[in-house]
Amino acid sequence: MKIKIFYFARLKETLKFSSEDLELPDDELSLLKLKGLLAKRSEVWQKMLLGSLKVRGAINHELVDDQALIVDGDEVAFFPPVTGG
Amino acid sequence: MKIAVQSEDFDLNFELARMRESRQDIGALVSFVGLVRDLNEGETVSQLTLEHYPGMTEKALQAIVADAASRWAVLDATVVHRVGSLQASEQIVLVAVASAHRDQAFKACEFIMDYLKTQAPFWKKELTASGERWLDDKDSDHDAQKRWQLP
Repeated sequence: MKIKIFYFARLKETLKFSSEDLELPDDELSLLKLKGLLAKRSEVWQKMLLGSLKVRGAINHELVDDQALIVDGDEVAFFPPVTGG
Repeated sequence: MKIAVQSEDFDLNFELARMRESRQDIGALVSFVGLVRDLNEGETVSQLTLEHYPGMTEKALQAIVADAASRWAVLDATVVHRVGSLQASEQIVLVAVASAHRDQAFKACEFIMDYLKTQAPFWKKELTASGERWLDDKDSDHDAQKRWQLP
């Protein structure tokens, strides 16, 4: 499946990625498993996605938890807790 | 309903006049304007940068306003949130709610702000004498949101 991933705020700056297109062998994948895959890239990725930072995830513009399933064509996003207003 | 995410400043009077225009059923118009403070956590802030998630931010704000309208008798609502670089004392956010009675308008306005703070994807970065820093979310904001949760 093909998905698009966006990164925001501290994640974007630290990972030096604002977005990427990713092709995966799976038909579906939980958000937690995707984090695990990405965390294998380097220590920085591991720290940002699975470390002490409270990373929030969204699928197709909806906030979701780690168990949410990602399927082909989805737009995924990772970001820190929001601080607007 | 008007939802806007923009870099330009907004004019409170213009927005309130627009909401009142050609209607006579509004008895209460409550508004909140959030500003950039020059001091945060003991440090002088010279600039604030706001980032957002285009597409999701607008949808999240729409959902929050719709949620408020399902709880109180909201006749109209306006949310304007600025993004980009802002200086101290500049306006960041406007929430305005029109209702027949003040109680409904006050509650809906406060609800929208509390949810915006904890649910809408915006992120603040401050520039101080010691450099740039991303702000962390505050427990007090999460507590403010939780008090609206239905049993």
